[in-house]
Amino acid sequence: MTASDFKGYRGKALSTLKNFNAPVWSDVVIQTEKGKYKGIILPRSETADDEHIVIKMPIGYNIGVAVENITEIKINGRKEANYKIPEKEFPYDEGKPRVKLFGTGGTIASRLDYRTGAVIPAFSPGELYGSVPELADYCNLETEKLYGVFSENMGPEQWIGTAKAIGAEIEKGVDGIVIGHGTDVMHHTAAILSFMVQNSPVPIVMVGSQRSSDRPSSDAALNLIHAVKTAAESDIAEVMVCMFGPTSDIYGLLHRGTRVRKMHSSYRSTFRTIGDIPIAKVSRDEITPLRKDYKKRRKDKNVIVNPVFEEKVGIVYYYPNMKPDIIDSMIDNGYKGIVIAGTGLGHVNKPVYPALKRAQEKGVAVYMTVQTLWGYVQMYVYETGREMLDLGVVPCANMLPEVAYVKLGWALGQTSDLEKVKEIMLTPINGETTEREPSNGYLIYQGGLPEVEEFISKYRK
Amino acid sequence: MKSFIFKPFEEMTPEDYAVVGFKSGLEIHQQLLTDKKLFCRCPAGKYSEEYDAEILRHMRPTLSELGEYDGTALMEFKTKKEIIYRIKRETVCTYEMDDTPPFLINDQALDIAIKIGMLYNCNIVDELHIARKQYLDGSIPTGFQRTAIFALDGWIPYKDRKIEIVQMSIEEDSCREVSDVGHYRTYLTDRLGMPLIETVTGPDMKTPQEVAEVNELCSALVRSTGNVRRGIGAARQDVNVSVDGGTRIEIKGVPRIPMIPLLTYNEAMRQWNLLRLREELHKRGITENTFESKTEDITGIIKSSHYLPLQEAIDKGYKIKCVVLRGYKDLLHWQTQTDTYFSREISDRVRVIACLTTIPNIIHSDSKGDTITSAEWQKIKKHANATNDDTLVIVWGDERDTSTACKEIIIRAKEAAIGIPSETRQALSDGTNGFERILPGADRMYPDTDLPPQKITKERLEKLKAHLPEHFWEREKWYKELGIPEDTIRPLAISKFADLFKKAVGGWNINPKAAAVAIIQYPKRLKKLGYDPNLITIEMMTEILMNYKAGLLSRWGMFIALKKSLQHGKFYPELLPRPILKEELLSIIALKKKELKKMNPLSGEKKQKVLMGLVMNEVKVNIEGKVVAEKIKSMEHK
Repeated sequence: MTASDFKGYRGKALSTLKNFNAPVWSDVVIQTEKGKYKGIILPRSETADDEHIVIKMPIGYNIGVAVENITEIKINGRKEANYKIPEKEFPYDEGKPRVKLFGTGGTIASRLDYRTGAVIPAFSPGELYGSVPELADYCNLETEKLYGVFSENMGPEQWIGTAKAIGAEIEKGVDGIVIGHGTDVMHHTAAILSFMVQNSPVPIVMVGSQRSSDRPSSDAALNLIHAVKTAAESDIAEVMVCMFGPTSDIYGLLHRGTRVRKMHSSYRSTFRTIGDIPIAKVSRDEITPLRKDYKKRRKDKNVIVNPVFEEKVGIVYYYPNMKPDIIDSMIDNGYKGIVIAGTGLGHVNKPVYPALKRAQEKGVAVYMTVQTLWGYVQMYVYETGREMLDLGVVPCANMLPEVAYVKLGWALGQTSDLEKVKEIMLTPINGETTEREPSNGYLIYQGGLPEVEEFISKYRK
Repeated sequence: MKSFIFKPFEEMTPEDYAVVGFKSGLEIHQQLLTDKKLFCRCPAGKYSEEYDAEILRHMRPTLSELGEYDGTALMEFKTKKEIIYRIKRETVCTYEMDDTPPFLINDQALDIAIKIGMLYNCNIVDELHIARKQYLDGSIPTGFQRTAIFALDGWIPYKDRKIEIVQMSIEEDSCREVSDVGHYRTYLTDRLGMPLIETVTGPDMKTPQEVAEVNELCSALVRSTGNVRRGIGAARQDVNVSVDGGTRIEIKGVPRIPMIPLLTYNEAMRQWNLLRLREELHKRGITENTFESKTEDITGIIKSSHYLPLQEAIDKGYKIKCVVLRGYKDLLHWQTQTDTYFSREISDRVRVIACLTTIPNIIHSDSKGDTITSAEWQKIKKHANATNDDTLVIVWGDERDTSTACKEIIIRAKEAAIGIPSETRQALSDGTNGFERILPGADRMYPDTDLPPQKITKERLEKLKAHLPEHFWEREKWYKELGIPEDTIRPLAISKFADLFKKAVGGWNINPKAAAVAIIQYPKRLKKLGYDPNLITIEMMTEILMNYKAGLLSRWGMFIALKKSLQHGKFYPELLPRPILKEELLSIIALKKKELKKMNPLSGEKKQKVLMGLVMNEVKVNIEGKVVAEKIKSMEHK
């Protein structure tokens, strides 16, 4: 028998299974000093201890049996989990728009393996139709799996590949693009795609889920429905993030790719537009624009794809008592660009200055953003700010730190001339910096205040 | 099939239940007395109808192992309910709203659960695996309940046999339903997430009375730990019932044990009568394969009806449809339960699945009640091409719901020719039960990937075992030997003072009856006087019994001291009455004798009684009547 026959087991548990010739998926009766257990041996999580064997009992529950008590394992058969997803042909309707769904790794729709709890992604149009049949109300769907990586593993290679794939699809005349993506770094990808893919004639909609799609309460299906509707029907030809507006299953929001950020580790309504308002609201039935200044859908195919990225770029999140060695080590390691998330209006302490001076001398591009997320960098207000300007630190207005990071990588991917980099950085492409912050761009209501509570009691959160 | 006909409830004998093959088991849900909820740190046991905010969710079925949607899942999806959760900040955090992953399991709850498992003579599992059990009715916002098996293979003694405890799980409680009208179902979330245990017995009970008795036993066992919640809703039971040839049917949410006999009787009768109905259908040549039905839109045919529900439907622009069930004449009036007929099975499905919640939601041609006129029935019959052997069922509502309803009517009618559908049913207050949902499949369990398995260590088990209360039935045996009054035995055996009683009687040699009365009867009396007996602590009771033992309190004195302790929240030695010395008692007796002389002359015997009363008034807090009586007697002799 091979290692995969004892998946996840090690040490004492592994030798017990081997002793009794009982690989995973065996239908067994385990005799112990305490009593008998009947069930199917399941694979074990690699991070779990080596003292227990996991079985699924006939009633569906799992338990772990301590190996030290096991006296015998009797094998009655074998029941291996089946990983196939049922497919139903996605209906074709000539009158409906053509939407392309790219997969990058997050699971938007999936089937659950009840034996192991493994989530098996549904991805082909047939599989998706099997689990979210409503999609056929909006479009003819095509799918293509670009990557199979966890959200946090998305990086320059995947960004470039995705940008190229989008360009190719637009060339082929698609009516809208949806990109399934893990949510953790969705806003990084949304920002870089906003720079790499410009002048798109069609909507490019990023979507994911905060509750996995194997759960009845998942936001995945509704998010996907909203995203597909947007790609198929909306006249907004921008890179957007489409995720829940409130935590209730009511509507989604379409956020501009350069101004959106994940703001809660687990809430459904985690994505928010920062320092501005979202582009539109989307429900199953309608798309309601919240602003007029978005780029409109066009009939042409004149998309500009510029897929470059300099990887030697990093973000430094300033904290009190930061030592210059942090920045020094980046310089020594050959970093070409550094984005600082400074305090308040964009500050770091004086002991860091010598490192900033060294960066300037070595030709490292240093940009300042604010860790407050809302508001502008303003380095003229205080003396310290002005000193940093002299050290070559470039303020990034109200660009979000993560957006500044991907934009700097993209700019340095095009040129190493720091003047040209500065020009690219400071010329807004699609709202990553704005000339003005509207008064409703910063709304974090404070719970506990009577007027806020009144509002919350009236509208479904 | 045996030709047995169910008798009225009171006349059924154990032999009758044996004839139909009555079998029943229990699934008892019991909330545990913890400070916090099971998977988050919200306070447990705080209920309120008030709320600060609402959220809205839908439940979507997930594909099962076989790529099919589970029966329940499909049903709930057909109903397309908007689920509204009412949220109060004090009792609900983002975990219950399904916006934050679970925290590690509450150890206080797990300890209590394991202790109860040990009392049930169960085998405690070595490693706990949290599972997700799907519920698509919205009663839990995640769409599943977090639950884990912690104990297996136990038993409790009953009559001359053992009742098997198949398994025990620890799980989070669900929401409280506020309303379910049309396409909206509303829940309160305060109860959501509270720790409870589910105890599943074997199908070992042979009569409805046995089910209730075993439930009482289980209830006494958990209460004997002092670690479970009491009061309305703290314990709820599901009762599984089947008869020979029937199906295991689960009656959900029985709030009170005394309801069980009638409920299980009615369910056994329902199954038996449905089996007889199938026999009748087969006699008429109607089987699963030969079953025939058709649906007609009769909105236009019946638009001038004077039957109020139909008038209203027409005013609202609803559709009215008629389902023809071929060869079903009179069968919708086939009795299923007490005063309940097969038409209810159909009406229930229409209500739950098609969301037509206003009753009546159907009328039919087998009905003896006044609905539409016979001329109207004739007209519809003609329109639908129905014969005198057929039954017509009329249903009304918005277009989509009405067509769902027609499909359900046909499904349920056809099922009658097959057997008894697997359902969970809800207990109704009149002792009958109604359809709740299709029984969920076995495929609705899957591991909770949010939480790691948890080892239950030997050290933990040993520590819990050391503090395990004695089995209450062992205590009861001893109490009987001691001559404790019958009505005090069970309450004492499951009381939190049971250990103290043992110490008082066994160790301090206190009169068992006096101790039992102080522990059980005095708190009851205090409750009647408006005190909360739950506030009596073990310390209070210990002090009082010890002072009784020391002769500083009489029996009556114990009651007074208990009352004063409750008033002060604690026992203080200052609450004890001033001690009365022997000489003092003698002088009181002498004094009272003088008083007695001033009263009207009485017969000797009465005199003694009055004297006794006069003296006791002065000393009853300190001294037993017996002692006073002896003293008086001895003084006479002098």
